[in-house]
Amino acid sequence: MKNFFLTAIAAFCLAVPSVQAADTGHIELPDIEWSFDGPFGTYDRAALQRGFQVYKQVCSACHSMDHLAYRNLSALGYNDDEIKAIAADYSRMDGPDDEGEMFERPMRPSDNFKNPYANEKQARYANNGALPPDMSLITKARVGGANYLYGLLTGYVEPPEGFEISEGQHYNAVMAGHKIAMAAPLSDDVVAYEDGSPTTVDQYARDVSHFLMWAAEPKMEDRKRMGVMVILFLLAFAGIMYKVKKKIWADVKK
Amino acid sequence: MGSGNRQKLDNPVMEWVDSRLPVFTMMQKEYGVFPTPKNFNYFWNFGAIAMVMLITMIVTGIALAMHYTAHADYAFDSVERIMRDVNGGWLLRYLHANGASFFFIAVYIHIFRGMYYGSYKQPRELLWMLGVLIFLLMMATAFMGYVLPWGQMSFWGATVITNLFSAIPMVGDSIVTLLWGGFSVDNPTLNRFYALHYLLPFVIVGVVFLHVWALHVTGSNNPLGIEPKGPQDTLPFHPYYTMKDTFGLLAFLIVYAAFTFFMPNALGHPDNYIPADPLVTPAHIVPEWYFLPFYAILRAVTFDIGIPFTDIVLIPAKLGGVLAMFGSIAILFVFPFLDKHPVRSSRFRPWYRPALLLFVVTVLVLGVCGGKPAEGFWVPLSQLGTVYYFAFFLVLIPFFNKKEPVLELPPSINDAVLKKNEKAA
Repeated sequence: MKNFFLTAIAAFCLAVPSVQAADTGHIELPDIEWSFDGPFGTYDRAALQRGFQVYKQVCSACHSMDHLAYRNLSALGYNDDEIKAIAADYSRMDGPDDEGEMFERPMRPSDNFKNPYANEKQARYANNGALPPDMSLITKARVGGANYLYGLLTGYVEPPEGFEISEGQHYNAVMAGHKIAMAAPLSDDVVAYEDGSPTTVDQYARDVSHFLMWAAEPKMEDRKRMGVMVILFLLAFAGIMYKVKKKIWADVKK
Repeated sequence: MGSGNRQKLDNPVMEWVDSRLPVFTMMQKEYGVFPTPKNFNYFWNFGAIAMVMLITMIVTGIALAMHYTAHADYAFDSVERIMRDVNGGWLLRYLHANGASFFFIAVYIHIFRGMYYGSYKQPRELLWMLGVLIFLLMMATAFMGYVLPWGQMSFWGATVITNLFSAIPMVGDSIVTLLWGGFSVDNPTLNRFYALHYLLPFVIVGVVFLHVWALHVTGSNNPLGIEPKGPQDTLPFHPYYTMKDTFGLLAFLIVYAAFTFFMPNALGHPDNYIPADPLVTPAHIVPEWYFLPFYAILRAVTFDIGIPFTDIVLIPAKLGGVLAMFGSIAILFVFPFLDKHPVRSSRFRPWYRPALLLFVVTVLVLGVCGGKPAEGFWVPLSQLGTVYYFAFFLVLIPFFNKKEPVLELPPSINDAVLKKNEKAA
């Protein structure tokens, strides 16, 4: 019995959760049911494609996604020709060629996503001094992840009475300090969906958050699939070893 | 390590090797028949578990090093490349990042077990001190490893911790410049931290070897804290403890795998997915969770210490905090010499036991304090915790030495085991 008690303490020590989740203050984040939640959750390919469409047509005007290449879009269900066509919509400088000249060419699937700005200075100049963050890891770089992003995109509400907003700033319910340089990026019907999904801010925000979760954690499905196998294997192995240990110890303590 | 009276082996190849270098004889002596107290509970698994975690960290770490670029301009991107483009790279990195946490979990439980059952006491003082040295080396290694991804917490954590050394009078600033390789945390800092992060694990392996060697000289302590009196008190290490350790290890690995595969970022900080930016300071700079109790002690000293009723400051608050933090580890080194009570195990120490459990609670509370901004009631709570942390060693332990009653110990391990089983039957 005492052994059991001590084992329980040991197990409890293992289970002490992280205590360092950063303080989000009094900001309440929405709690959306995502298809990628939980140990068996997966991405919804249709939502990812819609989310990419929103990123491409809205966000990418200001936000880069440096860590993604067009080839990565195959995970969203696009085929090679579609990816080639998507990439070819953009161009980049390449070279030097055989004559030592730099030249502009259409992008290829192996190229990384086009950055809307040539450099940070240009990005800040175009945005009132604020730097639009890179979107590649944004869901992992914020407490709350996709819920935070959805909350931010749908959080452009009327500021409470007496809340002072300086010029070039906007009120946002979820942003730390409630002041954000980005104007509300989404409005109803700005992106035309082809699959009949509602063209509302709420739906856009869900889809693009879904897409950006994938962008930050593209190996999640592989990871969870492997995790299930690993846990099952360890459980079975631990079960066997428990029996082995019991049998070996059976002749001791008598 | 000498062969001593070596028994001839049946296998001619093994015999050829063994007669020249008695590795098989040594393994048989140290891990085969090695007499081990028969009353271990599952707390005794954590040494083996920590060893497995050390090996896991070295193996995953070497593979990661093959893909990582130690340069301020490329480090963050190279880690992302590992996550996205290197085959199995995400697995390596998540195993390594969570492995650090689980290595510390194993070692913290291992240290607690040593304190609870008096494993640090005579004749195991040196064994304990080598253990504290391993712990210190682990902290240095983990700290430098956390800098390598060159995210915001990497950069600012490195800035805060290296700046601590500037509190040392006279030489502080020179030490900081040496750590940085310049005048701020920058590329030279990253490079030297990477070199040391690769080196220190092998130093740890060396000290672990000494730690295990010392263990095999004194033999293991046990939950009763009384020495084995004969063969009836012990079992051969194999198969009894090899099998028990394997079971315990697998149970531990299940929790480790659950974190690695299903919540790999739960123990990390989101800010470290933002590339390092020397111009933007994060709202709250916090170290990894396993440093939080010590971080709380560091921040608990918020006042200058000087001569009362004068303006003379002997120890400024910053130096005081640094001394307290390093002191909290240093005091572990001398713990075996502070505690002179003749009884080892908490089971027979009516006063030490609750004091130690309160000490554990205090460390956990300090951990929570360390993760909170240093304001409001977290400050006095950290100070209260810090006072108890040191009072435990410097007031209670000396008091127990003099006053704590010495209870009657069971005559032998075997006797106690038999009695317990009679009761259970």
